[in-house]
Amino acid sequence: MAYKIKASDCTACGACEAECPNNAISFKKGAYAINADLCTECKGQFSSPQCASVCPADCCVPA
Amino acid sequence: MANVISLDSILGVGELKAAAEAPPAAASGCASSSCGSSDGPADMAPEVWEKVKNHPCYSEEAHHYFARMHVAVAPACNIQCNYCNRKYDCSNESRPGVVSEKLTPDQALRKIMAVAKEIPQLSVIGIAGPGDSLAAGGRNTFKTFEMLAKKAPDLKLCLSTNGLALPDHVDTIANYNIDHVTITINMVDPEVGQHIYPWIFHDHKRWTGLDAAKILHERQMLGLEMLTSRGILVKVNSVMIPGINDEHLMDVNKAVKSRGAFLHNIMPLISDPAHGTHFGLTGQRGPTAQELKVLQDQCEGGAKLMRHCRQCRADAVGLLGEDRGSEFTIDRIDAMGEVEYDQEAARTYREHVEGERAGRHAAKAAAQADVAGTVGTDVQPILIAVATKGGERINEHFGHAKEFQIYEVGPKGAKFVGHRRVDQYCEGGSGDEDALGGVLSAINDCTAVFVAKIGGCPSQNLKDAGIEPVDRFAFEYIEESALTYFKDYAERLGQGAINAREGQDAVIRTGAFTALRA
Repeated sequence: MAYKIKASDCTACGACEAECPNNAISFKKGAYAINADLCTECKGQFSSPQCASVCPADCCVPA
Repeated sequence: MANVISLDSILGVGELKAAAEAPPAAASGCASSSCGSSDGPADMAPEVWEKVKNHPCYSEEAHHYFARMHVAVAPACNIQCNYCNRKYDCSNESRPGVVSEKLTPDQALRKIMAVAKEIPQLSVIGIAGPGDSLAAGGRNTFKTFEMLAKKAPDLKLCLSTNGLALPDHVDTIANYNIDHVTITINMVDPEVGQHIYPWIFHDHKRWTGLDAAKILHERQMLGLEMLTSRGILVKVNSVMIPGINDEHLMDVNKAVKSRGAFLHNIMPLISDPAHGTHFGLTGQRGPTAQELKVLQDQCEGGAKLMRHCRQCRADAVGLLGEDRGSEFTIDRIDAMGEVEYDQEAARTYREHVEGERAGRHAAKAAAQADVAGTVGTDVQPILIAVATKGGERINEHFGHAKEFQIYEVGPKGAKFVGHRRVDQYCEGGSGDEDALGGVLSAINDCTAVFVAKIGGCPSQNLKDAGIEPVDRFAFEYIEESALTYFKDYAERLGQGAINAREGQDAVIRTGAFTALRA
């Protein structure tokens, strides 16, 4: 299970990258992207996926 | 003397010889514009004056002389405001609808060096977003300031924040010698706040409704107190949203004053459906010019009010009221190669302003004493619109003005009370009638408009609208001219030659700022 970023809605602000506890998010080709191998959906870490909670464009969604 | 000549061309005719012509000092005390954020040493602690006198956003006087630059290194934010849509630039504290470049701290440093070389008036580097300067741990913000403090220690550093993350960063702010911080505070009551902030991200969680507003309020007040207790100057920005927080902002003013805020800046809501903001889409209107002024006047006596804010973009460059950002895009800066930091031009300029200052304070006080001695206190104050390029002088052509500065002048003196942005009426030599209509509605509450020059046609249109065009003070100082005009006005009023202009309002223009430097 992992989250993904809808690149078309991403404003490239980087808020998600700063909050991700797994360093799963990086900047690629004008938008941020989530490495599904590293993403845990923050289960066992936080009450909600951090990227989705902070994203101003609501573009971090289940893959 | 090359620097002096180029400075003269920046500031307008006669600027550099003014200090020597200053009349002897007159009455002391709260004279002329020295009430409010334009205070000089007379009623401000010397250490505070030292901090603000060259900062265009913290001193009304300085904004006529000094330039600021915002570097857009902080795109991430930690709250959502109903007046902001982050798919574009933040539509309130940065002007909407214009694409900005996000910078890395390295790019920001190179841009600052390039701007400092071109603009000797540059005194302040601010980080205002385009998100929140302290979101995402404030990493880019502090990295930029760290590099800048080493390279250009004479530039003042300031930052702007919504306050949510502020308490976590106060020590770092103090360590970097950032002695100006702006907090945007739109409410001190979560019941009001819930209509402004749909959500915040705090302590690893998204909060909504009353909970969100309560946390934000508590963090803002805590951050404000922590800063002021360390002697860091705090300006509070508030967005005036009619029907939601307009009257409430008087409570905000009292609350921030009691916690030591230095300055309170009440700004009109910018709201347009095209910006895609919640308020834009729901048809929430912004205030009129007189609604804004009445609220600002009601807050007088509380925390000092700032009225010269231009709600500039998070990547603005230049004097307030102008934006030269397009001259310093990353492509152009890359093409410049390595730019060395040269303090010489800036130091020459600062010495010139310092010399000018002493004479200015005395001249304003003398003109003020003259009016106080001749005009009765029963004459109502009037508003005057002024076309200026800076230097506290009437030195802009009516048709070239991108904005008019508004002065209130009465028996008690002259003071800056605001500004009105307009589309340029004259572009390429011919006047545009639509633009003239826009100018008239923007200064409709003014009795006169002071210009360096004006054409016959717009001059007649102004007279028809009941606004007197005045070019006889061309290149003179604004406040002294306003007082001279008021003395004459009061005399004409007394003779029944003219009628007072009362009960008029004006429109605040809020569209994207597109005027380029002439």
